[in-house]
Amino acid sequence: MSGQSDSDTALRQVLQDVLGLSDARVAALTPDTGLFGHLPELDSMAVAGLLTEIEDRLGIVIDDDEVDGEMLETYGALLAFVQAKRGG
Amino acid sequence: MIAAWPGAAGEELAIAFDAGRPRRVLVLPAWFDEGNKLRHFTVEIMRRLDGAGVDSFLPDLPGCNESPAPLEAQTLDAWRSEAAEAASYFAATHVLTVRSAAAIAPDLPGWRYAPQAGSSQLRSLLRARVLSSREAGREEDRDTLLANGREQGLELAGYRLGPEMVAALAEAELPPVGRQRDVAQGDIGGPGLWLRAEPEHDPKQADALAAIIAMELLA
Repeated sequence: MSGQSDSDTALRQVLQDVLGLSDARVAALTPDTGLFGHLPELDSMAVAGLLTEIEDRLGIVIDDDEVDGEMLETYGALLAFVQAKRGG
Repeated sequence: MIAAWPGAAGEELAIAFDAGRPRRVLVLPAWFDEGNKLRHFTVEIMRRLDGAGVDSFLPDLPGCNESPAPLEAQTLDAWRSEAAEAASYFAATHVLTVRSAAAIAPDLPGWRYAPQAGSSQLRSLLRARVLSSREAGREEDRDTLLANGREQGLELAGYRLGPEMVAALAEAELPPVGRQRDVAQGDIGGPGLWLRAEPEHDPKQADALAAIIAMELLA
């Protein structure tokens, strides 16, 4: 399988573990699912911790310059960011 | 329930559920902002262990909670030896570490709840500071903050860390699991409470973690 689907699985797992989403909610995440500002579990204080968890689990480094509302707006945007990081 | 123990800098306090029972768990709490967010949860685990017939002890490490010692003067090595001292003073048979405290676990069997490297916690704290500074219209960057912090210490999320602590955290990997075993957040279920904006308690999570510990202790 491609690295892209690995990223998808791993990112879902992080969100599940860190945000405590149910299996059903994790399975229901689509590229359009709203993330920041839509999931009550993900408030602004959680963002720094969540990004660190993603870095550690997915083996990427996220620069603070890259963190903006767009990247965190939807599941699809966050996944695309992570995939680009892992591919690059 | 409040006990005292002799830290290196003088008397420190501890929460103790001590009925002289054979199984005695030293609880090493999470650090800094995470310690604040997880304190209620941590004490609730101890309450449940008490109900299950297990003694437990939650010492204030120097510079933390009610300790009279300044946090700025603390180092990771000092905390490690203080944790060993508390384990010895309370005659602990086991240890439960929470989050970054995995780095200072004494040589006892036990559990590391949701362990993280000190370097990861420092990274989160630095990132949170950079992001909030940016919202306030101030540009900071992590590398500069860290470089200054290694020289002069650094205030992060309201916690004033000395230069030695900053330098040690920056290098702190998660130590090998040793005689403990890791309990991941996924084993407990529910969101990691250290990520909440405000301290929160979740009885189900406390039930789950206390049950894991009690079942293994009493098996």
